[in-house]
Amino acid sequence: MQRNDSDRYKVFTRRAALFGLGQAALVGGLAARLYYLQVIESDQYKVLADENRINLRLLAPPRGRVLDRFGVEIATNRQNYRVLIIREQTDSVERTLNRLGELIRIEDWQRQRVLREVERKRKFVPVAVADNLTWEEFARINLHSPDLPGVQLDVGETRDYPLHEITAHAVGYVAAVSEADLKEHGDDPLLELPGFRIGKNGLERVYDLHLRGRAGDSRVEVNAYGRVIRELARRDGQPGNDLVLTLDAELQRFAFERLGELSAAAVVMDIHTGDLLTLVSTPSFDPNAFNVGVSRDYWRSLIGNKMKPLTNKAAAAEYPPGSTYKMLVALAGLEHGVITPDQRVFCPGHMVFGNNTFHCWKRGGHGNLAMVSAIEESCDVYFYEISRRLHVDRLADMAHRFGLGKATPLGLPGERNGLVPTAAWKRAVRGEPWHLGENLSIGIGQGYMLATPLQLCVMAARLANGGFAVEPRLVRPGGDLEDGDDLRTAAERGVPSLKVSPALLKVVLDGMKGVTLSQRGTAYASRIKEPGMAMAGKTGTSQVRRITKRDREEGRHRRKDIPWEERDHALFVAYAPVEEPRYACAVVVEHGESGSKAAAPLARDILIECQRLDPSRRPGRARFAQSGDGGRGT
Amino acid sequence: MALSTIGGPERKLSIGRKLWEINWGLVLLVCLVASVGFAMLYSAAGGSLDPWASRQMIRFGVGLVLMLAIAVIDLRFWLKFAYPAYAVAVLLLVAVMVFGTIGMGARRWIDLGPFNIQPSEVMKIALILALARYFHGLTIEEVGKIRWLLIPVAMILLPAGMVMKQPDLGTALLLIMTGGIILFFAGVRLWKFALALGAGLGAIPIAWQLMHDYQRRRVLTFLDPENDPLGSGYHILQSKIALGSGHIFGKGFLQGTQAHLNFLPEKQTDFIFTTLAEEMGMAGALTLIALYVCIFAYGLAIALRARHQYGRLVAAGFTGMFFLYVFINVAMVTGLVPVVGVPLPLVSYGGTSMMTLLVGLGLLLNVYVHRDLQLPRRLDGGLG
Repeated sequence: MQRNDSDRYKVFTRRAALFGLGQAALVGGLAARLYYLQVIESDQYKVLADENRINLRLLAPPRGRVLDRFGVEIATNRQNYRVLIIREQTDSVERTLNRLGELIRIEDWQRQRVLREVERKRKFVPVAVADNLTWEEFARINLHSPDLPGVQLDVGETRDYPLHEITAHAVGYVAAVSEADLKEHGDDPLLELPGFRIGKNGLERVYDLHLRGRAGDSRVEVNAYGRVIRELARRDGQPGNDLVLTLDAELQRFAFERLGELSAAAVVMDIHTGDLLTLVSTPSFDPNAFNVGVSRDYWRSLIGNKMKPLTNKAAAAEYPPGSTYKMLVALAGLEHGVITPDQRVFCPGHMVFGNNTFHCWKRGGHGNLAMVSAIEESCDVYFYEISRRLHVDRLADMAHRFGLGKATPLGLPGERNGLVPTAAWKRAVRGEPWHLGENLSIGIGQGYMLATPLQLCVMAARLANGGFAVEPRLVRPGGDLEDGDDLRTAAERGVPSLKVSPALLKVVLDGMKGVTLSQRGTAYASRIKEPGMAMAGKTGTSQVRRITKRDREEGRHRRKDIPWEERDHALFVAYAPVEEPRYACAVVVEHGESGSKAAAPLARDILIECQRLDPSRRPGRARFAQSGDGGRGT
Repeated sequence: MALSTIGGPERKLSIGRKLWEINWGLVLLVCLVASVGFAMLYSAAGGSLDPWASRQMIRFGVGLVLMLAIAVIDLRFWLKFAYPAYAVAVLLLVAVMVFGTIGMGARRWIDLGPFNIQPSEVMKIALILALARYFHGLTIEEVGKIRWLLIPVAMILLPAGMVMKQPDLGTALLLIMTGGIILFFAGVRLWKFALALGAGLGAIPIAWQLMHDYQRRRVLTFLDPENDPLGSGYHILQSKIALGSGHIFGKGFLQGTQAHLNFLPEKQTDFIFTTLAEEMGMAGALTLIALYVCIFAYGLAIALRARHQYGRLVAAGFTGMFFLYVFINVAMVTGLVPVVGVPLPLVSYGGTSMMTLLVGLGLLLNVYVHRDLQLPRRLDGGLG
């Protein structure tokens, strides 16, 4: 028995040694694992532990204001009084909501939403009950706050456009950040902030970074459920910069109201600085609605409107320039010597070219006309004749010099290029050679020709300032503004010349003066009678659809009952005053039928108001601009 | 310790004498390890004795008395008690399958009014005692024969199967491995282990089919914890972050961010080691492991000092089980093995495993106290 046990003991001892070795190996393995995790990989896990623990709370900076040239607020930030509820601080969310309902109006759907959200979110997360409270409501809740457990008051900021529809197209609007915005410029953590608004259209979009500012942040320690334990560090952000525009809010308002119910656009520009004083498009929309999220009804009314309120017709819509283009045709003809100012052309009311007959707007014809009269009376046959004598590329060259065919440097969202056809363009796009017959349509600003009202205003400005290539601008250049800066002419400011002979330009300008000042002029009825404010201009009536031979035979193109969409566009370009001009203006009335009847009176009234306000010379601007640039929206 | 004074089979020792004979070094080690546990529970509660540390201290105090009582009761009583204890444990396992209380999706407890019994815990001790008694009666030649092995293998697999049905995969594997360790110490040939291991590996695909979804998820999570960091991989990932950010000397007592900000789940129970390693760093973690290694060493030394096979196997079996607890728990929280729900002995918060371990330690001390007892291989008439 004893011997037997010693056998077992021997085996046991050996096994114990083996077991001990195995244990040692496994414990060694654990120690190695700890070394790996706690020493070798430690840095990585330290970072992860801090990421767990430390939450970065962004503090949104106030967005910069948008001001007109005199400091009038066009876009600003309004205090948004909100009331929130925190579940864990009240015994019954419903009871608190009931009491709150006695102080402010809480709709049934709001109530349902709050009850739903409160259930879904963690019990210490505040849930918004109502936004945009008035000060009275806010104060009332504040007064009763002891009876309102769990209610928290909060002052946030929302974008406010005090001029509502008036500046909507130029300034644009802000709205919630979309997926596409994140993809486009997602490097700013602010974009991830709930409730953050980004510039979506107009200048709000173009100057978004300038206006946005830099986020501040607060590092807070949170536990695994996201509750804040304490603040570790705070870094203040930088508020967005204000944006000072060239617009004159007062003139803008006048133009907007003058255009009224029409589907139209009007642009007013300082011909020497390029400052855009007015850029309106009607009908318009309220940008404030986009900030909080457009209601479905409002959105439908915008989308369903055939007058397209959302489109910026001043820059993002193209129209055939019609007769407003004739000045450039005349200049091209003069420059290339195919006609002289005094050479007369006979207008019998039409011109036959190949198999086609091209009609003048005046059925009986104008008879013999020299250039000034041809512009005054807008004779089509005269310009058929000049354009017939020119290569299309020469017409295009003059158009390009005056700013047509290419979007302006403003870079407004949706801004269009317009279209100035060339032989090369037609080959490339249509795959066909240019036909000389097509010159005739181009000669009266029809055919392929397209321009935006903004481009037409630039064209008028470049004619009026003596042929200098001013570019339009909507934002005042910062820092270099001095008193008298705006009073220098384009030439004195060193604006590049378009190299058009002043003598030839004078002929064309004389024609434009005749349009309003000569009794035969197409816009004589809309002349400015106020002393020293007289304007020069040019009417344009451009066809929306081609007038067929049958239309003409049946007289359909002159009937009054054609549908709105098929009526001609009415255009007018102008500058004022005729002596020492300062302001240029372009007006387009969609389907307004007649440039002289629909567009010219609008341009007249806008230019009178413009000269009355005289924003380019009005004092006080420079003083404001200095403080405005330094100051910040609060 | 003096051993010549410990008498032969016929002599009975007084209680006082037996208490004197207890291996107080081991008791001290156990108290040290438990104290580490108190400290960590104090920290896990955010620097408070409530709710864990104070209760753990009371349990440990009660358990310590129980341990000493078991240590001084005559070893032959435990020997006689071995088979009945095993039979009772099996009956309890059957009972739990029938009337057990469902908790955490598994049927593990029997509700006895003032306290609950977890039969699988009873089985852990009973299995060691029963196997030790069985092999005490075999010669080394008999151990080499397969037919003598059928009974002990059945003794292991029967309760393991029932525990697996509960379902409690961790405990079932612990029972199988503990049984295997006793077989190993009893002298079963190594090739037989190799064969069993091969069969076990071959059964994995079948086992996979029989596993519950949550068990499969645990295995999958173990294989790639980063795959689902907020879902089932959360435990392991957060645990590794806590360990790794602890570095060599830790963030300091009460300074662990992972545990205190509740990123660590089960920080007071299965993942208490992580709290320790975060606050005390690798130095603290290795110190605790070193304490455990000392306990293992004592355990093996006691086994080698015993003059009877029963005592050796009880001591070695319990030491093996204790080692498995430590190894599996630490390997689990460091991401070496799947999360199977094995507590860290004497440190994790929880009364049941504390009692099981202290009873086991009582038996270990019991073997030490009765190390020189003469026990015949055939016990039929020899037990007085």
